[in-house]
Amino acid sequence: MDFFLQLLVSGIVVGSIYALVALGFVLIYKATGVINFAQGEFLMVGAYVCLAMVSQLHIPFWIAFILTMLVTVVLGLIIERLALRPMIGEPIISIIMLTIGLSSVLKCAVLIVWGPNNRVYPQIFSQVPIHLGPVVISQVYIWSVGFAMLFLVLFTLFFRYTSAGIAMRAVADDQQAALSMGISVKKVFAMAWCIAFLVAGVGGVFLGNINVVNVSLGFFGLKVFPAVILGGLDSIPGAIVGGLTIGILEAMTGGYLDPIIGGGTKEVVPFVVLVIILMVKPYGLFGTEEIEKV
Amino acid sequence: MSAHICGDYKTSYKEDMVLFQTFASKFWLGVFLVLLCVVPCFLDDYLLYVCNMIGIAIIGALGLNILTGFTGQISLGHGAFLGIGAYASAYMVMDLNFPFFVALPCAGLVTALFGMVFGIPSLRLKGLYLAIATLAAQFIIEYLMVHVEGITNGVLGKMVDFPEIMGFSFDTDLKYFYLVATLAIVATIISNNIVRTRSGRAFIAIRDQYISAEVMGVNLFKYKLAAFAFSSFLAGIAGSLWAHYVTIITPEHFTIGVSIEYLAMIIIGGMGHIIGSIFGAIFMVLLPEVLRTMSGALSGEFPMIVNLFAAIKEGVFGLIIIGFLVYEPDGMAHRWQMIKAYWKLWPFSY
Repeated sequence: MDFFLQLLVSGIVVGSIYALVALGFVLIYKATGVINFAQGEFLMVGAYVCLAMVSQLHIPFWIAFILTMLVTVVLGLIIERLALRPMIGEPIISIIMLTIGLSSVLKCAVLIVWGPNNRVYPQIFSQVPIHLGPVVISQVYIWSVGFAMLFLVLFTLFFRYTSAGIAMRAVADDQQAALSMGISVKKVFAMAWCIAFLVAGVGGVFLGNINVVNVSLGFFGLKVFPAVILGGLDSIPGAIVGGLTIGILEAMTGGYLDPIIGGGTKEVVPFVVLVIILMVKPYGLFGTEEIEKV
Repeated sequence: MSAHICGDYKTSYKEDMVLFQTFASKFWLGVFLVLLCVVPCFLDDYLLYVCNMIGIAIIGALGLNILTGFTGQISLGHGAFLGIGAYASAYMVMDLNFPFFVALPCAGLVTALFGMVFGIPSLRLKGLYLAIATLAAQFIIEYLMVHVEGITNGVLGKMVDFPEIMGFSFDTDLKYFYLVATLAIVATIISNNIVRTRSGRAFIAIRDQYISAEVMGVNLFKYKLAAFAFSSFLAGIAGSLWAHYVTIITPEHFTIGVSIEYLAMIIIGGMGHIIGSIFGAIFMVLLPEVLRTMSGALSGEFPMIVNLFAAIKEGVFGLIIIGFLVYEPDGMAHRWQMIKAYWKLWPFSY
């Protein structure tokens, strides 16, 4: 039972970061109809930028964290302007390949600046674990879940109550109608990429604190796909539910199946689930079904 | 030499669909084939190795182009299908003692079967969702390649012999070149002809407007599966040739990176153009080799360039894809047509 609870907790922690990255996916998809294969690299860049500020420039962690958010927003703007805007109206395959190309370029930049070696954050959160009944939780886990939840709530409120959020929803719903209501679709697109880069960067900082920081952090982006598909590509609550489910599922298979079958099962089970979901419910749990016509 | 044609004077569809439109195109193709037979005898082993890799890549890229370029079904799992072909062929030749000329088509058929299984979701899924489903296929097949150790020998890798047909062993780069070149030519001819048949037109109709295609009587399920099967068949052949050439295969050779490389080939070459697969394959195989030569030449002045080679390769790869998508979305095949059109009427183009 203790083992189960321990797995559940680590599943929830990883799952909440999945949810955060999935939120970025969903946002971009909702607002611009693009699926972003570079989301994992955004996460990696966020982790590296914050790490560089903390360990090379010796800026206190929380200031570095806020500066990282600023940097990611600026990077999001640049990427949207240079690479994504010319692609409006191009076929899906081109846009997929463009984001894949983008991920290569970001990986290259990180490798050139920081090199291929593993890096670790200096100790930021207290090492003393917290006991919740039988379960032992380290403090960094609590901070990660807390921040992931904070951002998820903030963005849900943002979409519901601010005019910028409502504008984004309007663009997602019908671009032409939004244009005729005086909403700048270009600004909304730029904002979607900024927010996506921002949430991925935040996820990266916490993931970097939990694990080591290296280039393979980029694969995290691919692992978020099952979460997004489970929840539905265009649903924010779906991203949260999907992220947590996949995180827990992964922790459970890692804990119970890996010792029996051998390493790597943890990585592949979410994708098996993904195929099953796609066969049964192609638009996920909360996604809107598309009605197609000629 | 083709200057006598300066417009379309065709009066029947049959004339329009002839493979060789002019005498000149036949002539230059003949010259090219003769050069293809003669020139390799004067190349060194490294250049022959590059040529062989290009030939194998052409076969794989032709398959992906039929599926993605002509039928519009995005596949992110082509690398894994190459792997299935490689392992199937290796298992049949090494463990079951099949002769190579039986194992090669069998490897293609096994891969086609896998392709059809993973193509079944394509009836319900489109665009992005299909891309993600094939991504899942890629990861699942990669996992199987590591874990079904009875066939694949897991992460340790499987040794494969050079192929032997009727006692003749293709054990040098030069001999292998003729094998690869022949198969690449056959694959090109078959692909070119499939595009001209009812199936090919059905593929294109599905890509352009699948609902209209269905209304017009194109059986979507049948033709989508056919596209998956043909594409994976060629991937299997390419994988088999690759396995017998490098003689040791491990699951690391068939990762998502390979799938992306093949997609890049058809994007850069030109989607929906047979010749685009050939241009793209040549480009993508030459790119790392050229970069390696350049970094070798520059390493005297900038010693750190050797350590950064992997990163630079990755970055150049990404920039080239982005550049092509933004500035030349129709790929090199389109540029090639423009150049041909320019020379057709040169110097009196207006």
